Amino acid sequence: MTVHTPTEAEQVAAALAAACGRHFGGPAIIESLGRESGGASRQTWSFDAVAEGRRHELILRRDPPVKERGERERSAALDRSTEFHVLRAAHAAGVRAPEVLFELAAEDGIGEGFVMQRIDGIAIARKLLRDPPYEGARGKITGQLGEILARLHATPLGTLPPLHRREAADQIASLRHTLDSMGCAQPVFELALSWLDRRKPVPSERPVLVHGDYRTGNYLADDSGVTAILDWEGAHLGDPVEDLGWLCVKSWRFGAVDRPAGGFGSREELWAAYERAGGTRVDPARAHWWEVFGTVRWGIICHTQAWKHLSGAQKSMELASIGRRAVETEVDLLQLLKQAA
Amino acid sequence: MAQDRPSASELLLAIADLLREEVTSVLDRVEPRLGFQMRVAANSLAILERETRLGPDADARELARLKALLGRDGTLADLNRELARQLRAGDRDERDSALMAHLEATIADKIAIANPRWR
Repeated sequence: MTVHTPTEAEQVAAALAAACGRHFGGPAIIESLGRESGGASRQTWSFDAVAEGRRHELILRRDPPVKERGERERSAALDRSTEFHVLRAAHAAGVRAPEVLFELAAEDGIGEGFVMQRIDGIAIARKLLRDPPYEGARGKITGQLGEILARLHATPLGTLPPLHRREAADQIASLRHTLDSMGCAQPVFELALSWLDRRKPVPSERPVLVHGDYRTGNYLADDSGVTAILDWEGAHLGDPVEDLGWLCVKSWRFGAVDRPAGGFGSREELWAAYERAGGTRVDPARAHWWEVFGTVRWGIICHTQAWKHLSGAQKSMELASIGRRAVETEVDLLQLLKQAA
Repeated sequence: MAQDRPSASELLLAIADLLREEVTSVLDRVEPRLGFQMRVAANSLAILERETRLGPDADARELARLKALLGRDGTLADLNRELARQLRAGDRDERDSALMAHLEATIADKIAIANPRWR
């Protein structure tokens, strides 16, 4: 007699049936369960739950249970529970973000995570920037991103879970620490970090909710434009201009280099939409500073992605290959520093 | 003893072409996730092909420039460590035109290998 060992998908389906049953107050049937992108430690699953005669289109975000201590990488990223509460607060503040429904319970046995509504749209930059169905959306996305960001930054702090405050100086120190921990000598990044250090903006008097990874590739859009902001695990308190600068980093234009705002529009259009929607007036010098910072940050992230493979933490050809993308940001940094001179 | 042809560069190019032109389209139909991985792999082989051709001269030029800039001898790794240290300490900065010329040349050689289409 053979004993059937449940597959990962079967375990997730059984746990979701129980959890959805609790949430919807009646037996739930799980259908069309499938793994979306994401690594081994942070997973996204898409599924339908049919309960009380209604079909709910949902997404599960979860970190599988950790078997050994120290297995999970040390990082500044939010845990799933904090991410759940940030999303809930942002959605309540009117930010176009998925509505979260409930968190997994410990007895569900599939790790930490939460369930949220599934929203139509795609996140693939290459398609949004070039494919015919999105032609009409392309003219709207810059304005929508500015408007949504103003609303995001206005999320009442009292509705948020405890978050780290990360200002310019903290972030410079953190990137230097990352370079040191990988033992890689990087003259261009050192030059840029010293340039940034000498010019760093004074911390804002009123820190706001910063998304932390607000860029093309991290939101869903359809033929009407942006439908939902995703990837909230970098959320923190800090300078609102950080998100505006990051969105304009050249790597997030995906080849549409002449349109700095995520590949869709100009910085000025982005800032105007942001200010019209109630965002604080944007100081171009401060925005430039955060764009230079974002460029260094992405370059060093390329090295840390490769380092996950090189250190043996997560064997992956894909992660390893990202290491060779760092030089793209070195090209951009030399251009940016020359423009600033 | 020299190896026979194909050279390393020629062989890498042949493999990259096979993967890109024939293997990825099949994988895209059967297992899209692997199709994507195969594109990444083919692209990495193209990097290695360029590195095989262009890398040795680029390294030699970088080493010669670093020796002149820092006024001392050492390996590429030693001298880059020293330059990185000086830049963090603020001993040199972007107003140093010899430094900037060195970095421009180094990055131009690196991007020609990693992604010549980047602009």
